[in-house]
Amino acid sequence: MDIFLQQIINGLVQGSIYALVALGYTMVYGIMGLINFAHGEVVMIGTLVSITVVGLLIGAGMPAGLAGLCGLVVAVLVCMGLGWSLERVAYRPLRGAPRLTPLITAIGMSIVLQNLAMILWGRNYLTFPPLLPKVSFELAGTHFTLVQVAIVAISAATMGGLLLLIYRTKLGMAMRATAQNPAVASLMGINANRVIAAAFVIGSALGALAGVMVGSYYEIAHYQMGFMLGLKAFTAAVLGGIGNLAGAMLGGVLLGIIEALGAGYIGDLTGGFLGSHYQDIFAFVVLIGVLMFKPSGLFGEKAGDRA
Amino acid sequence: MSEVLLEARAVAKHFGGVKALREVSLSIRRGEIYGLIGPNGAGKTTFFNCMTGLYVPDGGGFDFAGAPLLADAPQQAAARGIARTFQNIRLFGNMTALENVMVGRHVRTRAGVFGAMLRTAATRAEEAAIRSRAMELLHYVDIAERADDLARNLSYGDQRRLEIARALATEPQLLCLDEPAAGMNATETGELRELIEGIRGDGTTVLLIEHDVKLVMGLCDRVAVLDYGALVIEDVPAVVQKDQRVIEAYLGG
Repeated sequence: MDIFLQQIINGLVQGSIYALVALGYTMVYGIMGLINFAHGEVVMIGTLVSITVVGLLIGAGMPAGLAGLCGLVVAVLVCMGLGWSLERVAYRPLRGAPRLTPLITAIGMSIVLQNLAMILWGRNYLTFPPLLPKVSFELAGTHFTLVQVAIVAISAATMGGLLLLIYRTKLGMAMRATAQNPAVASLMGINANRVIAAAFVIGSALGALAGVMVGSYYEIAHYQMGFMLGLKAFTAAVLGGIGNLAGAMLGGVLLGIIEALGAGYIGDLTGGFLGSHYQDIFAFVVLIGVLMFKPSGLFGEKAGDRA
Repeated sequence: MSEVLLEARAVAKHFGGVKALREVSLSIRRGEIYGLIGPNGAGKTTFFNCMTGLYVPDGGGFDFAGAPLLADAPQQAAARGIARTFQNIRLFGNMTALENVMVGRHVRTRAGVFGAMLRTAATRAEEAAIRSRAMELLHYVDIAERADDLARNLSYGDQRRLEIARALATEPQLLCLDEPAAGMNATETGELRELIEGIRGDGTTVLLIEHDVKLVMGLCDRVAVLDYGALVIEDVPAVVQKDQRVIEAYLGG
């Protein structure tokens, strides 16, 4: 029982991060029907930028927590700019092109960003300095750390803020209107290009936050880390119903928990033949299962409440 | 009264070999209710779509309030003061009635992405103003009690009213209604007529596409008739009604 609860907690932490990244995929898909495969790379850039900033500030004598906050702010700003530029350079010129074209560009941008990161930060694994004191708590036979609590709490607050933005503000309304009917929205004076740019900028800000969380959770980063993280977050978005915000949040958390439970029990289930390092297969089993049996995902509907 | 608000200059549009509009020229004066009628497929909706920037005309163009309208720029048409409703209602079905109207306010307000994210005081004040103006418009078209219902759950007549409220939210100089009475019973049509007269009374010019000839003849100051994409006549209802070509077009003569 303890291991079960413990894995649920671990899964919740990992799942919160997936959810933040999945939102970036789902917002862009909801508005323009594009899967931005370069989004995982935006997250990776967020992590690496924050490592550099935090490293410099701690080196200059700043307390770790404050340095982490500065690193987060810089990473968010850099990624927002990156997301905006991606849309401008790689996708806007292809507006109206067949759907496959921007998908290929997305993969191209992903390769470009990975290589750029490799040139700037090198091929080696980088260590992420600990940002929060290593305090751990014990509750009902489970252990969790301050970092884990912070990840879940900040993710939940951020997602709540996003829902407010989408459902309570003028910008959110413009985004939902464009997702439902771009032609009519434009007749209301909504500039589709602005709305699309906003989806990229907001998605990238969430991605940067997720990137800092991943970095401070695993305390390690690498220029290729965005690939697997991106694929899993994409899986989470598909699981929840791509294009649906609540779906991405739930899909992310569910995927995290499925992975954690899978990793926790796979050894027992296979009599030790497969170990917990096989945890990655669960995300893809889920992806294949969803695509086979319920391609619209948990909350998906044909012309659903996309945003 | 005689100032021209919208001037169509030899507007042409074809779809493959089909000539949907054949050099249609007409002018709508400020403050009038102008009717555009014609048999099915005469090109009325195509004319609307060219004017509001959803289609790019193959020839000719539009002058609005003294300056040309750019083709292929629907958000510019809205900014210049042209709003429309659709023959097949096109609301944002998964948004509430109030939100649909609030979206219409978009073109008249300013606050941008960063304002929305940072929740500046100016943004909050603007959003409050949008909300209260949208509520006024729902009262104006008499569906205020449905404000929080999803648009797709409204009755057909209420959806038509909501579309008009959403169009009015853009503060148009010219309101274009595409068959607003379609599918309405006599009572609803009577209410619609009052609503349109009220809108004109508030200073908005109205362009009305309609099948209901009785409604058009009773309501409009001037009427244009399209047939096979060409303008047959543009005149006051009394003259149009007696025109032999119009009678033939409608009776298939």
